[in-house]
Amino acid sequence: MLSPADPIDPMIDIVDLCKRFTKGKETITIFDALNLAIPRGDFVAVMGPSGSGKTTLLNLLGGIDRSDSGAIEVAGERLDRLSESELSRWRASHIGFIFQFYNLMPMLTAAQNVELPLLLTRLGRKERRERVETALGVVGLADRVKHYPKEMSGGQQQRVAIARAIVSDPALLLCDEPTGDLDRSTADEVLSILQVLNRDLGKTIVMVTHDPAAAQYAKRSLHLDKGHFIEKELVA
Amino acid sequence: MRSIILQILAVTAINLKSLPQRLWLSLATVIAVGLVVTVLLAFLSMANGFRRTIADSGAEDIAVVLRSGAVSEINSVVLRDQVRLIEDGPGIARGPDGKPQTSGELYLTVNGIKRSTGTKASLPLRGLGPLGPGLRRGVVITAGRMFNPGTNEIIVGRALGKEFEGFELGQTVTFNSTRWSVVGIFAADGSVFESEIWADLPVLQSLFKRAGSVQTVRARLTSPAAIETLRAYSDNDPRLKLDVMSEAAYFAQQASNTSDLIQKLGWPLAIAMALGSLAGALNTMYSSVAARATEIATLRAIGFGGFSAFVGTLVESLILAAIGGVIGAAATYLVFDGFTASTMGASFSQVVFNFQLTPRLIGQGLLLALAVGLFGGLFPALRAARMPIVAGLYG
Ligand SMILES: Nc1ncnc2c1ncn2[C@@H]1O[C@H](COP(=O)(O)OP(=O)(O)OP(=O)(O)O)[C@@H](O)[C@H]1O
Ligand SMILES: [Mg+2]
Repeated sequence: MLSPADPIDPMIDIVDLCKRFTKGKETITIFDALNLAIPRGDFVAVMGPSGSGKTTLLNLLGGIDRSDSGAIEVAGERLDRLSESELSRWRASHIGFIFQFYNLMPMLTAAQNVELPLLLTRLGRKERRERVETALGVVGLADRVKHYPKEMSGGQQQRVAIARAIVSDPALLLCDEPTGDLDRSTADEVLSILQVLNRDLGKTIVMVTHDPAAAQYAKRSLHLDKGHFIEKELVA
Repeated sequence: MRSIILQILAVTAINLKSLPQRLWLSLATVIAVGLVVTVLLAFLSMANGFRRTIADSGAEDIAVVLRSGAVSEINSVVLRDQVRLIEDGPGIARGPDGKPQTSGELYLTVNGIKRSTGTKASLPLRGLGPLGPGLRRGVVITAGRMFNPGTNEIIVGRALGKEFEGFELGQTVTFNSTRWSVVGIFAADGSVFESEIWADLPVLQSLFKRAGSVQTVRARLTSPAAIETLRAYSDNDPRLKLDVMSEAAYFAQQASNTSDLIQKLGWPLAIAMALGSLAGALNTMYSSVAARATEIATLRAIGFGGFSAFVGTLVESLILAAIGGVIGAAATYLVFDGFTASTMGASFSQVVFNFQLTPRLIGQGLLLALAVGLFGGLFPALRAARMPIVAGLYG
């Protein structure tokens, strides 16, 4: 295929994936036979025109949406074979989501927001607090533990969201236009953090973006158009 | 398991912390439930207060004897021989002269004209023996004198005299084509007896052709416990097919018909209102789920289960309803506490009673509130649990 994936142990392996939406009598086919392989440790930027299915792809990779046919294997699990509750549990331990509008809980502090994924683990209160502090330290917000989202800038909120995504140490981060709502320099800060997470902590990252400058932070970028990928190798 | 509890706690905390954003709608639900509980508790505490007040006005050491199975004095008959057996029974107090402290009594009805409306109503005319007045609490002649035995004289209860025409002291009234003179007015501690007319038993027996029989026997007991002895005696004698009970028990039984009626009015009204507030609760909770769609979807994307979204929503609904229930109970307590005091002070009525709110009644009110919360939260909670994550995330 188009990707240079390690064929033995890919993080993502999609074969002949089909995804349609039905609205009333209309059916739109987003993917009719999508193939994609992404190795562990990769940092991929996914670009493409609006409506080409980038968000839909992330949702399928994260197990919050279902494919119609084909095989989708992520982090060693065939998602098309899991039940809803199995998918929930799988997400808790393997996936970190980062959204364009951060999706923080406004009534919770930064630390409480970051702690949420840990409530799904066996960790005790003290361990959870240590992990939360570590995660907030990684994104440079160790001094913002008790702040509420509305007391922080957009960039800071997105960094809290990144801390939340990495706190339970998932292998795969799925980012949907993580800098879409930020100015250039704030975006650069956030992208640098993602780069560090990929390079130093070995996180596999799939990042949807419209911004070619953001795509520069990735190891490579894929262009999605009319349901298929066209790869453009980047010089790092 | 521990994780599920942590999830539920977190989701519930998030729901409750976001309540201020839905303040007015939530408040409307709280108030609607509060009103339902207030109405229910007003009726229940009225019924309870009525029953308790009447029962309290009855004495424990006075026995009331009726024909077995008679619902009230009106349809009871006690024969002359039975009266004698009761008078000789155990547990009956005796006076200094050794006579049993009993009073055989007739209970008839005659017509009177109500002052306020000018309409006819039946009035109780009681024939009683010389000891009869003394077997009731607080009977005093407030004007005139006691009737003389063997004459067509009557004394009239204070409440009845106020409410009906023609019972002033010195006037003459006609019952059953016989003329009677009002020679006295009496009070009886505000009890139901103040709404009666009293006459000499033998005179009534002959004029109303009831010679030889009475309808009830009233007796003073040597002690409240003696009622059991007397009842056992009556039950073991085949000649005495009688019901023996204390005056307190008899009053409670009489009051229960009325209090049952009040309760039977109260529950359907409260349930009809509860259905109305249920519609409000459903609306509130569906809006809550809609308002929290992004939060619910985000938590689900993180890995939270649908079950925690379900429980969190249900708990929110139950908490709103419970607050409404508590407010309703408190309102009933406050409003009707004042209500009672002013009624007692302002007017005299034959049955002045307090609305009595007991923990058990409050429990019933809260249960109704929680039922509204449960059913109002159930379907919205199911929607929260089943909401597709993608739809919630991207509106
Ligand atoms: N739940 C849905 N029901 C029906 N159609 C949908 C649904 N979700 C997405 N679509 C359609 O699928 C197509 C792809 O949507 P998607 O959001 O994946 O695009 P995208 O590449 O992320 O676009 P953008 O760059 O604007 O975010 C669009 O035509 C969209 O209208
Ligand atoms: Mg998109």
